[in-house]
Amino acid sequence: MDDITKVVRDYVIREYLEEGDDREITETTRLITGGIVDSFSMVSLKRFLEKKYTIRIPDADATPDAFDTVQSIVGLVQRFQKTAPVGA
Amino acid sequence: MSHLAQYEEVTAKSYEEVCMEFDWSIAEHELDYKRGEPINIGWMCSDRICCLGMADKVALYWEDYRGNKQRFTFDDVRVLSNTFAQFLCDLGIQPGERVCLFMDRVPELYIGFLGILKTGAVAQPLFSAFGDESLLVRLQNAETSAIITQKKHVHKARKVREQLPGLRHIILVDADRTQVPPREVAFHMESAPRVEDFPVYPTTAESPSVLHYTSGTTGQPKGAQHVHYSVVSQYLTAKWVLDLRPDDIYWCNADPGWVTGTSYGIIGPWSNGTTQVVLDSGFNAERWYDFLEKRRVSVWYSAPTAIRLLMKEGTEIVRRHDLSSLRYLASVGEPLNAEAVLWSQEAFGKPFHDTFWQTETGCIVITNFPGMKVKPGSMGRPFPGIAATVLDTKTYEPITKTGAAGLIALRPGWPSQIRGYWKNDVGFKAKFKNGWYLCGDRASIDSDGYFWFMGRDDDVINTGGHLVGPFEIESALLEHPAVSESAAVAKPDSVNMEVVKAFVTLKRGYQPSDDLELEIMNHIRKRLSPLAMPQEIEFVDSLPKTRSGKIVRRVLRCKEFNEPVGDLSTIMDD
Repeated sequence: MDDITKVVRDYVIREYLEEGDDREITETTRLITGGIVDSFSMVSLKRFLEKKYTIRIPDADATPDAFDTVQSIVGLVQRFQKTAPVGA
Repeated sequence: MSHLAQYEEVTAKSYEEVCMEFDWSIAEHELDYKRGEPINIGWMCSDRICCLGMADKVALYWEDYRGNKQRFTFDDVRVLSNTFAQFLCDLGIQPGERVCLFMDRVPELYIGFLGILKTGAVAQPLFSAFGDESLLVRLQNAETSAIITQKKHVHKARKVREQLPGLRHIILVDADRTQVPPREVAFHMESAPRVEDFPVYPTTAESPSVLHYTSGTTGQPKGAQHVHYSVVSQYLTAKWVLDLRPDDIYWCNADPGWVTGTSYGIIGPWSNGTTQVVLDSGFNAERWYDFLEKRRVSVWYSAPTAIRLLMKEGTEIVRRHDLSSLRYLASVGEPLNAEAVLWSQEAFGKPFHDTFWQTETGCIVITNFPGMKVKPGSMGRPFPGIAATVLDTKTYEPITKTGAAGLIALRPGWPSQIRGYWKNDVGFKAKFKNGWYLCGDRASIDSDGYFWFMGRDDDVINTGGHLVGPFEIESALLEHPAVSESAAVAKPDSVNMEVVKAFVTLKRGYQPSDDLELEIMNHIRKRLSPLAMPQEIEFVDSLPKTRSGKIVRRVLRCKEFNEPVGDLSTIMDD
């Protein structure tokens, strides 16, 4: 598991999975569709990613689809890491 | 006039005629209810439907995000709600006691709701995404006796249990009997011995039925207390406004943790003997369209936030699905903007019909009827039997000038109006002026009698169709060690209409930072709910206050909406 995948997965487990929810979070577990992260909570996950990776994810790209799995989130982060970092 | 819903076009004259002739006894007659006799929503929505010859008709198709499916006939709903009721009676639950439902949209939520009502107890549904603090204040206020929940949510009940001396039972619907710790009990609805006959408690019209919590500007959330007679309104409005017909497949997107999910996600459709479908899944456009197509949904009751999310996905995705089964679309939760109405016309070939109501009204009160000319962006006209107007903000007299803004007000007396706020008579009385019930919203009325929403008349934040009280958020913000003072206000949002924004001053030793902002956001999300989580936190040196030291949210809110602040003479200079 690469670093971004691990960071995102660990953060989702720590922050969004409720105690006692024994679902395993894999790279393809449905986060939005599965009700683990909702559209409101997505904002705090987006903030975390922007802060952690010093990127800016435009609201238009922060869709429920883009946040639906750890895999798609990693793809989103990598896409914006390729663009100029914030403040550069 | 019971065919109002089937009129191709309701002319102004026919609408007037309907209103003139209208009496709620129309619904009483159709429900075969005679005043003074017992009336029980649990029985009305299950046993009665079976007695009408629909025992084998499907009441509920349920599906979750994993594709798990279940199907229940009205006879299943009757027997399983009996089973639920018997289980609660065996636990010692008495009529009038509050039993909380704290679950995702699983079948046990829908059927357990009827089971609670059959015992004469009061159903207290709560949104399962609530954090432990939100749960605590609502259970404390209601002095709840039992909570029915799932393994994934039970930790929140365990966390607050010691502060709830009245909470005698924690009931788990998905736990293995052998895994349940002491002081908790497992109940597996489908494997429990089926109870064919249950003596439904003879509740009467004014017996308490449902306790829904709603937020106000001040203080903690208020328990809106409904009664069994409410079914009269919910039955008829579901039939006339949502146009439910015998062969319909109906989908209501709302979660029964909120009033739409009980009034029109359980009581309205099932009292009409309508088949409904439930998708226990978060938002996903592809998944939703698949569900509409596969389940052949004909009547869809959604919300502006969901519609705007679908709009973002465009119309191409709509064309990839066969949605020809859709016959009627309606929306609730917040004003439906004109763009959304026009988009639905383009995407589905029919408009979403806006409906206006609230927790306290229990049923739709202002609406666009089927067949009625929809004015995109308008709330529509009052339901027959509802006297609605707008009042002058100072005199509380009805405004007669066309197009002038005022407070939306209703003449009390319709069947599903709440009978009070739980243990809060002062708060309830404050909702009435000059004999009118004040909704807390502002609107104008045009020359055709259509209402046009203008905004809230208080500091309550309407986010994604749910009301969030600033006081609750501010109290939770102050629990964070870094926060000295706080104010929570609405901020405009293109999808949710409004979202929460918090203004915060920090205690000595703390500095504003992105880390701190995220920490505070997550603190509120977990303590209260994702809805209450500020989507933005602005760290400020001071907050605007009156000379007596009261924080003036109005100033902050106006700034967010780019509106004039108005009179600032009472604001203290720094």
